[in-house]
Amino acid sequence: MSELTSAPIPPIGPEDHVRGEGDSVVVYADLACPHCAGAWAKLSRGRRIAFRHFPVATKHPRSPALHAAAEAAGAQGAFFAMVDSLYADRAHVDDPHLWERVRSLGLDLERFERDRRSQQAAARVRRDFESGIRGGVAGTPAAFDACTLTPVREREF
Amino acid sequence: MIETGAQAPGFTLRDQDGEEVSLSDYRGRRVLLVFYPMDFSPVCSDQLSIYQEVKPELAEKGVELLGISVDHAYAHKAFQEKLGIDTTLLADFEPKGEVARAYGSYLDLGFANRTLVLVDEDGKVAWTYESPTPGEFPGANVIFDALG
Repeated sequence: MSELTSAPIPPIGPEDHVRGEGDSVVVYADLACPHCAGAWAKLSRGRRIAFRHFPVATKHPRSPALHAAAEAAGAQGAFFAMVDSLYADRAHVDDPHLWERVRSLGLDLERFERDRRSQQAAARVRRDFESGIRGGVAGTPAAFDACTLTPVREREF
Repeated sequence: MIETGAQAPGFTLRDQDGEEVSLSDYRGRRVLLVFYPMDFSPVCSDQLSIYQEVKPELAEKGVELLGISVDHAYAHKAFQEKLGIDTTLLADFEPKGEVARAYGSYLDLGFANRTLVLVDEDGKVAWTYESPTPGEFPGANVIFDALG
């Protein structure tokens, strides 16, 4: 069991999912959260963004499956393509819908199915979640300036 | 706000299923009282959902959670089901806010402030946290800091 006492969020590292150019932000987000979906385009625009998993399963029961799906897509180089797809259409998130997304992204479905159920994907998601808890994340999306590791207020998204 | 080291005021309240729950039921265990303003408010929903996510880690440290607000047991039941949580929610309903008042958590607005009170195995207040405003809540990290 991990320690969940306060700690600054980790700086962007080689294992982070990073996209874009510009000021760097770290974003803890839930892939089933409507508020995150609404903020996603604004957060991504003109920024270098590191996406960290923060699934709140009690609030959004499909979250763990969606975060694992993003990891599995990431294993085939399509992490952000899956994130964009999930945020663009939140109404279709059951397994057949995920398979359809995988096909439309041109990914290997068999590998996707194996990877999204792997311990590795679950551990990767949990690691981000725990770093968010330790950093005081109390709701999603939560953005941090990647240089100072301090929170960015929502009105500054 | 009640002071650390004080004897935690005893209480018996109904939970979301209408069952009576007393603080004394938890003697010999550590219990975290989570006073919150009201069921179904957006911030309360986030707070209880996130605390639910770390319940296994809290249990490993021997701590149980009890949510307390001025809402009725029926509202608690609906709120618990909506959130999909199994945290016990206690109704500080009649006399309204009596337990929150005993812990110094009650606001003149008609509900409790967002307050955490850790009661130790002997029924004493081991730690407290009071949010600056009811609209903010402490992340779960703050609880783990207090537990050491």
